[in-house]
Amino acid sequence: MPVRENVVIRTVSRLAVPFIQVFALYVIVHGASGAGGGFQGGVVFAASFVLMVIAFGLGSVRKRIDNRGFMICSVLGIFAYAGIGFLCLLFAGNYLEYGAIEAALGIPHLHGLLIDVVEAGIGINVMAVMTSIIYDIAEQRGKSL
Amino acid sequence: MIWILDFALLLFMILCAIAAITVKDLLHATIILAAYSLIMTVLWAELNAPDVAFTEATVGAGITTVLFIAAIARTRRSSSD
Repeated sequence: MPVRENVVIRTVSRLAVPFIQVFALYVIVHGASGAGGGFQGGVVFAASFVLMVIAFGLGSVRKRIDNRGFMICSVLGIFAYAGIGFLCLLFAGNYLEYGAIEAALGIPHLHGLLIDVVEAGIGINVMAVMTSIIYDIAEQRGKSL
Repeated sequence: MIWILDFALLLFMILCAIAAITVKDLLHATIILAAYSLIMTVLWAELNAPDVAFTEATVGAGITTVLFIAAIARTRRSSSD
């Protein structure tokens, strides 16, 4: 996208992006008990990066976090999800059966924390993949669109 | 429940769907699809499905519109009408 010298768009984006990201984190954490969840929160987080790309151009956003960073993020998300899942297998439960870990360690309400870790993994993964798709499609033969 | 509101929303949604496939300009079709997604979000929320409404609002109106616009920006207009 072309970098516009529009002070209104830039200022509004600079003000809105932190609030969008905090709302995305709220949606991810709140997902266990209400509407929302890892996928929706991840998409909202990716939308904040899209807003930054539209307002400040692809180059200046890519300087902060590039495709390599997003690749690391997506791998971390997968490992958080699958790691908790296989940890439940180690504690003689089914895949993602949080109650097995809670019963074996004897810590109350541990399953809620584990659900949050799994949701955070899903959210990180969705955010990374969505944003890297946007990066790749907004770039045209080496030069940004 | 509020069947008049339901009726108006459904009518407007069908109008948006027909308009999205009949307009010539692809950019106009994308914006009309975003409006379609917005109405769909209200309908899902009214049908007591907040999770689906949330997904529709974020993916349907947010990411898909940006993806379509970025894809249209990479194409060239071949016909002159």
